[in-house]
Amino acid sequence: MSLYYVQKLLYELNRDPALQEQFFADKESVLGDYKLDAEETEALEKPDIGMLYILGVNGQILMHYAAMCGYAWPEYIQAMRDALEEHGNVRAGLYVTTDGKGAV
Amino acid sequence: MSLVFAGVCSHAPGITGRKEMAGGDDAETLYVAMDEMRQAMEATRPDALIVIAGEHFANFFMNNMPAYCMGMAQEYEGPIEDPEWLGIQRTSVPGNPDLSRRIIQHTLQDIDLAYAEEWKFDHGIMVPLHFLTPRYDLPIIPVNINCQGPPITPLHRAWAFGQALRKACNAVPERIALVGTGGISHWPATPDSGKIDEAWDRDFLDRWSSNDRQRLLDYSDEQTYLEAGQGGFEIRTFIAISGASEGCTGTVHYYRPIPIFAVGCTVGIMNLEEVA
Ligand SMILES: [Fe+2]
Repeated sequence: MSLYYVQKLLYELNRDPALQEQFFADKESVLGDYKLDAEETEALEKPDIGMLYILGVNGQILMHYAAMCGYAWPEYIQAMRDALEEHGNVRAGLYVTTDGKGAV
Repeated sequence: MSLVFAGVCSHAPGITGRKEMAGGDDAETLYVAMDEMRQAMEATRPDALIVIAGEHFANFFMNNMPAYCMGMAQEYEGPIEDPEWLGIQRTSVPGNPDLSRRIIQHTLQDIDLAYAEEWKFDHGIMVPLHFLTPRYDLPIIPVNINCQGPPITPLHRAWAFGQALRKACNAVPERIALVGTGGISHWPATPDSGKIDEAWDRDFLDRWSSNDRQRLLDYSDEQTYLEAGQGGFEIRTFIAISGASEGCTGTVHYYRPIPIFAVGCTVGIMNLEEVA
């Protein structure tokens, strides 16, 4: 469990267009620089936005990765809802759901 | 000179990025209210605008997180987000490093304030500027209060930060406008996005309008988190404006929960002339 580094990678992707380009051309070349476990690596590679949410990635970081991966806003919200159904509530951090009844 | 303008507004990225998805006259009325805030601010002829926002991991990360930080750059760049996603074109925003340096130095008398000579604005600052300085022709001084990555600063310190900033503004010859930006109750970027507790918000805004220090500080983080969501931690930015405007009441010019913007959209202005 290295949530800190998952978030650090996404934070750096959000800030650095060159890193973003390298990442989407060859994810492994970037992932190797971060201390990640197998579950985290898989969720990032797929990408499994819902799983990243469950792992506890802060939503303010994750929403940009979702957009980068081509998720429209409603798809991003839905991915988190689907993941809650499948995996149960968020494992760490502040972005747990309360009642899962957001309006949008 | 002094503080010539103080107010608060929302900064949710949906306000500009998801404008087309809003229903009825939600976007239109909010945009009018924001424009009226611009006019009210411009009427006070400010030399610079300090924007106090809770940012969202654009510049600061958990490897080195200041509780309070002020920008001291010649110019800033924003938005850091995809311009298409945010609905705001990328641009350069003027700063005033000399004014920043003097304000930081004064504020340090009371508060340990970090500074940054590089800063990329995220929606927390770009959304307000899009409305308040649409030509990007007023020098901006950004401030971040960490509201995202706990441990976070207690509310009474946010108030004290506002007081310290007021003293600093009083000590420089320039005319300073001050705007705090953030949400009240909201659950942005969660499956509950769009949930807003209007009663909670109105109660908070009642405390904000009467500028009642005791009631404004009377929230525990546990309570805020349970009742107002993790987005509720951003009340720190509003409370800093209250501390800076101690002795004055505020007027809420606009409040409406707009779920597609994921927040109760707010425009409030402090009646600074009450102690002028
Ligand atoms: Fe925010």
